Amino acid sequence: MKNFSLAFNNLIRRPGRTLALALLSAFLSLAVFGGSVMVLSLRSGLHSLEARLGADIIVVPSQAQSKVSFQNMFLQGTTGAFYMNASALDQALEVEGVEKAAPQTFLASLKADCCSIKIQVIGIDPELDFTVQPWIARSLSRGLGDMDVAVGCKVEAEVGEIIRIYDQRCKVVARLEATGTGLDTAVYCNMETMNALLAAAEAKGVSHKIESGDEVISAIYVKVKDGCDIDKVNSRLNGHIRKVTAVRTRSMITGVSDSLSGISRTITLLIAAVWGLALIILLLISVLIIRERVREFAVLRLVGASRGMLGRMVLTESSLCGLLGGLIGVGAAALLLFPFAQLIESALQLPYLMPSAAVILLLALGTVLLAVAVSALSSMIAAYRLSRVDPGTTLREGN
Amino acid sequence: MIKAEHISMRYFRKTGTANYFYAVQPTDLSIQPGELAVLMGRSGSGKTTLLNMLSGLLKPTEGTVRMDDLDLYSLDDRVLSRLRGTKIAVVPQGRSAIDTLTVLENVLLPARLCACPLHVEAAVKHLEHLGIAHLKDARPPELSGGELRRMSIARALSQGPDILFADEPTSDLDDENTFLVLSMLRAFAHEEKKAVFVVTHENDARQYADRLYGMDGGILTEK
Repeated sequence: MKNFSLAFNNLIRRPGRTLALALLSAFLSLAVFGGSVMVLSLRSGLHSLEARLGADIIVVPSQAQSKVSFQNMFLQGTTGAFYMNASALDQALEVEGVEKAAPQTFLASLKADCCSIKIQVIGIDPELDFTVQPWIARSLSRGLGDMDVAVGCKVEAEVGEIIRIYDQRCKVVARLEATGTGLDTAVYCNMETMNALLAAAEAKGVSHKIESGDEVISAIYVKVKDGCDIDKVNSRLNGHIRKVTAVRTRSMITGVSDSLSGISRTITLLIAAVWGLALIILLLISVLIIRERVREFAVLRLVGASRGMLGRMVLTESSLCGLLGGLIGVGAAALLLFPFAQLIESALQLPYLMPSAAVILLLALGTVLLAVAVSALSSMIAAYRLSRVDPGTTLREGN
Repeated sequence: MIKAEHISMRYFRKTGTANYFYAVQPTDLSIQPGELAVLMGRSGSGKTTLLNMLSGLLKPTEGTVRMDDLDLYSLDDRVLSRLRGTKIAVVPQGRSAIDTLTVLENVLLPARLCACPLHVEAAVKHLEHLGIAHLKDARPPELSGGELRRMSIARALSQGPDILFADEPTSDLDDENTFLVLSMLRAFAHEEKKAVFVVTHENDARQYADRLYGMDGGILTEK
């Protein structure tokens, strides 16, 4: 306890030195905590995207053309729509190697009087769907009824609220968990509701470029049978169904995954560089402190402090600096990361899903402990040298 | 009581005939309770080296230093350090204050380090006797050399040691304070029945000595 009180006393009465050491630790902690949260958020986002896509192949009309724009719908929540005849679903199910196939229909609402908000509306068939339905089921115990909608977590509508889409009144019955993808900005309904909305949109002059009376869908999510070659099934789908493009979901995720790996590598390298540099600076400061404090420690030896006591005092001081710095660093990182999460997400243009509060707390705790450990480690040389000060000679030399 | 037997301090240095020289030649010495011993000598004669060896700060090249039958240099660091904070007090040459503590906190530091009771009133009384009680809440950088010297003496006296070593305790003091400090050290020896060992250049110190030693070229002689 006497070590602690002396160390604490030294820290508060040397505020400049204490603050400089703490800020260095804070810088380290900010880099580690901030970097780790970002990398974890990107990984969670990728996993979430994989889970939400949940299919091996997605079949879209050829007019959807590049998969990039299709990908943007998932990653960034851009609105858009493309259609093909619903008979494509039956054709897909005929293809050898296809285990399951589920349709989705897209519709973009307008930023106009007829619509409460501009959003992407996605119609699903709850009986066939194996990608979105399990996610909806986590927030809604029953199925989506007619004119019911479930909203993504970033849609500004509460449960029980009525939203207008092409002048159709839809009731919000569930608010879905965050996925960190563009799906968070979409609204989900069953196919009956979607058909009503499509008809209302037609009436407003929004053309589907499909022959009148035809039932339309926008995409088919395909699950390939175990043991079948996905590439071969993909080719068969492209050959069997006219005017469509079958895209392997992995190719969408690979791009995201590559970007994620690149960003993760950059962040890790930056953290390593910051730590290497800071460790050198901490060691240099430690050596400078030896020169500055040698007389102080000689006095302490003179009046009864043992070597062990002095060593512990130096370690206590540096650990307290590390603790203070760790808390400042984690706090600063939290202030930068959490309020600006959406800004970071849109700047990265990648799925970005914050880890759970428990994981963040563990990370914060780990970072603070790391800051304490590194501070203590860097002061080992000082602790050793200062505890071996010869008081007789030192106090005489300083005359 | 401190008893030194055949202690010497030898340093390696190329001289005419040998590779070393003696800072303190083999010496026997004992300091008794109730006695003020004064050691005088020129600079570089080995006075401080002898004081450091006697006070447990510097292990002699050979010989033993005993305090109440304890061989100081056979003790482990923790025990010897505790002795230095309780039974042995040292007033070193030069500044010996911790700048982050107040004057009073500096005076109470030995007691705080050994987790002994803090006798604040006694500490303030010593500061009063030495004329610096008004500075008890000041920080060492605010004090003059003479005030710092008196603070060191107050710290040593507040320890209530069995033996007090003082290295040039009057070097920064004017005549009035020199008289005051030497009188206090003699009173401490005589009234408290403690041993006091003073190393000094001050000729006036002779008149306070119960036993007077001289040192020249590392050789101790009793006068």
